[in-house]
Amino acid sequence: MASKLTQSNRAGWLFALPGFGLMVVFIILPFFFAISLSFTNQRLISPNPTEWVGLANYRQLLGMGMITLDAVTDESGQIVRDDTGAPTYPRLREYTRNNPDYPHLDGMKQWFSFGRGGEARTFVLARDLVFLTAVKNTVVFVLVVAPVQGGLALVLALLINQKLRGINIYRTIYFMPVVVSIVVVSLLWRFIYDGNNGLLNNILDFLSFGYFEPVNWLGNPKTAFGSIIGMSIWQAVGFHMVIWLSGLQTISPTLYEAAEIEGSSKWQTFRYVTWPGLRNTAILVLIVITMQAFGLFAQIDVMTNGGPLDSTQTIVFQAVERGYGKQDISGGSAISVLLFLIVLSISLFQRWLTRERT
Amino acid sequence: MALVTPENRGLRLVVRYTVLTIIAVIFCFPLVFMIMSSFKPSQQLLTDTGSLRAFLPVGDLSFDNYIEAFARAPIGLFVFNSMFVTGTTVILTLLICSMTAFSFVYLKWRGRGLVLSIILATLIVPFETIVIPLLLLASKLPWLGLHGIEWGWLNSYRVQIIPFVADGLTIFLFVQYFKDLPGELIEAARVEGASWPQIYRRIVMPLSGPVMATAAILKFLAMYNSYLWPLMVVQKEQYRPVMVGLQYFFQLNIAWGEIMAYLSLITVPVLAFYLLLQRAFIASIASTGVKG
Amino acid sequence: MKFLKLSAGAMALTAGLSGHAWAQTALTMWYHGAGNEVESQIINQIVSDFNASQSDWSVTLESFPQGAYNDSVVAGALAGSLPDILDVDGPVMPNWAWSGYMQPLQIDESVIANFLPGPKGYWDGKLYSIGLWDAAVALVTRQSYLDELGLRTPTLDQPWNAEEFQAALDAAKNSGKFDYALDLGTAWTGEWYPYAFSPFLQSFGGDIVDRSTYLTAEGALNGEAAMTFGHWWQDLFANGYAPATQDGADRDTGFANGKYAFSWNGNWAALGALSTFDDTVFLPAPDLGNGPKIGAASWQFGVSASSEHPDGASAFIQFALQDKYLADFSNGIGLIPATAAAAAMTENYKDGGPMAMFFGLTEAQALVRPVTPGYVVEAKVFEKALADIANGANVEDTLDAAVDEINADIERNGGYGH
Repeated sequence: MASKLTQSNRAGWLFALPGFGLMVVFIILPFFFAISLSFTNQRLISPNPTEWVGLANYRQLLGMGMITLDAVTDESGQIVRDDTGAPTYPRLREYTRNNPDYPHLDGMKQWFSFGRGGEARTFVLARDLVFLTAVKNTVVFVLVVAPVQGGLALVLALLINQKLRGINIYRTIYFMPVVVSIVVVSLLWRFIYDGNNGLLNNILDFLSFGYFEPVNWLGNPKTAFGSIIGMSIWQAVGFHMVIWLSGLQTISPTLYEAAEIEGSSKWQTFRYVTWPGLRNTAILVLIVITMQAFGLFAQIDVMTNGGPLDSTQTIVFQAVERGYGKQDISGGSAISVLLFLIVLSISLFQRWLTRERT
Repeated sequence: MALVTPENRGLRLVVRYTVLTIIAVIFCFPLVFMIMSSFKPSQQLLTDTGSLRAFLPVGDLSFDNYIEAFARAPIGLFVFNSMFVTGTTVILTLLICSMTAFSFVYLKWRGRGLVLSIILATLIVPFETIVIPLLLLASKLPWLGLHGIEWGWLNSYRVQIIPFVADGLTIFLFVQYFKDLPGELIEAARVEGASWPQIYRRIVMPLSGPVMATAAILKFLAMYNSYLWPLMVVQKEQYRPVMVGLQYFFQLNIAWGEIMAYLSLITVPVLAFYLLLQRAFIASIASTGVKG
Repeated sequence: MKFLKLSAGAMALTAGLSGHAWAQTALTMWYHGAGNEVESQIINQIVSDFNASQSDWSVTLESFPQGAYNDSVVAGALAGSLPDILDVDGPVMPNWAWSGYMQPLQIDESVIANFLPGPKGYWDGKLYSIGLWDAAVALVTRQSYLDELGLRTPTLDQPWNAEEFQAALDAAKNSGKFDYALDLGTAWTGEWYPYAFSPFLQSFGGDIVDRSTYLTAEGALNGEAAMTFGHWWQDLFANGYAPATQDGADRDTGFANGKYAFSWNGNWAALGALSTFDDTVFLPAPDLGNGPKIGAASWQFGVSASSEHPDGASAFIQFALQDKYLADFSNGIGLIPATAAAAAMTENYKDGGPMAMFFGLTEAQALVRPVTPGYVVEAKVFEKALADIANGANVEDTLDAAVDEINADIERNGGYGH
């Protein structure tokens, strides 16, 4: 960095203006536009004029309520139980639809419930169950993918870091999925995951000598999201492997020699020599993976459309479906703003977590 | 390391190569499937997925799928559109982002810190957050065309290029790189009376090969593979890029063979490009990791 | 004098030579047939015939893939760059008319007097769009399957009732010959779901929205009839009669490969079934309590609101309504031509033709999807509800949630003009 900088306002602004100007117009402006849209009821195209509705969109997305109910009892005061022996509770429908005593619960659906000791149960309700499921799924995706993909990439990098003949061929192959479009990857994996005749089922069947029952990977709510996670990691892990690799290769070999002289085991070498040297790389990898993971959209759009039973809903998919598909731009913008807030808090949290501790 | 003896050294080598190879198979089997399937008729393709035949060039092989794919959709046009949009964006990005980074690192001007912070803050704004307002904005922007002022950028090349030219990540990469360049060169040039544009053009940019390669590769991949934005803003055939062209193949009677052919056509060039330059590819991406 | 005559003659000559092109006003048109060679060929033929038949207008055609077509129109409307003529999917037309993309047609209504009701697109009392064909759905099967399973062949006058339909499914399932008894086409996500499956709901007595006011779905989509439908729908999948999730390839080839005994399919796929087996039969929809119902209305032509030449656009549309073009499309893509006269000119729909019964089927059983601008959202909500129920979600809660969403959307849009 030049130590004798002279004040050059004009040159500075001239050089920065094209780039900064473009960013203002195409990133910052739409961002504020999104925020303001979320407070209106703007539609994509409509003869009705746009009105200011304040927090109505947010209330609809995030609205929650609670109600505690006692178990159903029959005439003699005995608790009615279902087949598994658990007490049954009155249908929430009676409280959430047209019930004048509970207007704040109108239109809500059951999210989850928990018992409070005794026979009463508290039900948590939500106004937009699909959106909250999308948030949950996206957060789960990030929490699973970040360590798994980052960790897997590190393992691969360690494997590639060996001095074997032809190791570069393997490095090339491991990186290859990264250059392929996620849309292409999604279409191919649809064939692989197919429940009836899919490649994955056939391979597993072959490997287990016929014991394996075919699974409808994308059609079963329990396996759909996991399948998407697996495929996404497959596509992106090569990229982070390369970043780890470069970090590994900057660790001074003298440190390794010193460790060998002292007779440390492989694990000790890793823990005390390799890992500390990778700290900066680790931070970079973690941050990049997290940011990318929040934008999960293309795979869902091509493979599952958010189903089955909302098990693969994500925030961005909801935003696009709401704003573009259902033409409710204000709702879509509200979701986008919420996404931004979530990403902001996570990245601030990450910065705090990885700050330099002196 | 203690148990490596001359006897089991060969065995260890075999084990290592086996592990590496199994992993390699996992990474390339879908692509092999795609390319093999593109030569098979649709019916056979679908039944072959039930066995290892999916990966083998067996059965009724021909170029029919490719011929029919070309008949069904103007693939050449789509590839041209994608290449044109991607190429133009990459060139403009390198130019404008490097200029912006240059101003932060070498020039002192009022507001520099604030502007840099704002630009870095946009790294947190996911594209999907702004995609819908951006759509509305793009539909209303003016443009000075051949026939005077035209309104609305939808269905054009510019809507695919201009919003993506300036992005925080590329600027960040350039800033990090410029910070590490030796300052004495710049000082010496200033002493000799060189103007800032001359310093930019004659000194800084020629030294920026590595970061330009990295930025170009990342931008190329992002633009060529982009899906959501072109889907929303380009529907007219003339300007369609390769990803939107995929829609042509999902009519009422889906021809999977043709789809495999199309996927191969749009993926193989990038793969070939990658395989030829993979050393440079990987090296330049790796270099960002260290600096980051 | 001679000079004047010469120059006058020269001027007339040049005017005559260039006048033809100079007087023709250009009209733009969007069509959803890109990627579909047969449709593209026919529509191109109509365009060139029209251009050659008169000298006032010249139409240029721009093709879009069907999947992205509706989005293209919305984007075009946003940008203010819609063409003069566009085609629109029947149930979506009210939304576009209400949103201000389209204007009423200026064609002679006597021309369409003999048209089937489905292809006629009325909104707010005015004709906004007209289609060249109608689409119908039927239960495709083979006569040999019916004979083997010992089932009565239903006719238009005497379709199967709910018990007979259930018995047919049971027979197919218990025979062990088929992977599944029924192929509903759950692979075709999108407009297929409301088009093909809401008739079942309507046959039970429910509906997507209350058609007396179009302002609420309460009672229609979550009333008793709808709940019965919901449980019936869920049982189809829970008891293994039909697959809830299906791959696109399986939908295309499953019935032809003998995986399914019955296939609930539209007549655009019928041509394929006819060529695969020699004893293909098309059965009418079962009567599940409220009369047998099938969907109606397909793609139709309309004029955009921003067009400066609605008279020319309407002239083109009227030109395209000739019987010979109706027959061309029908022969090409297998759909029902809009008039009986055109049907007589086709291979499949003339008297005794293999698909002739579809013509009667449409007349007898067709019920258009709800005619309301709110349909765009209602279709998506309905599709998701059906998919969720098929995957095992609680029927009451799902239908209630769907009703809530539809009602909220109607309210947010000020009642959509009803």
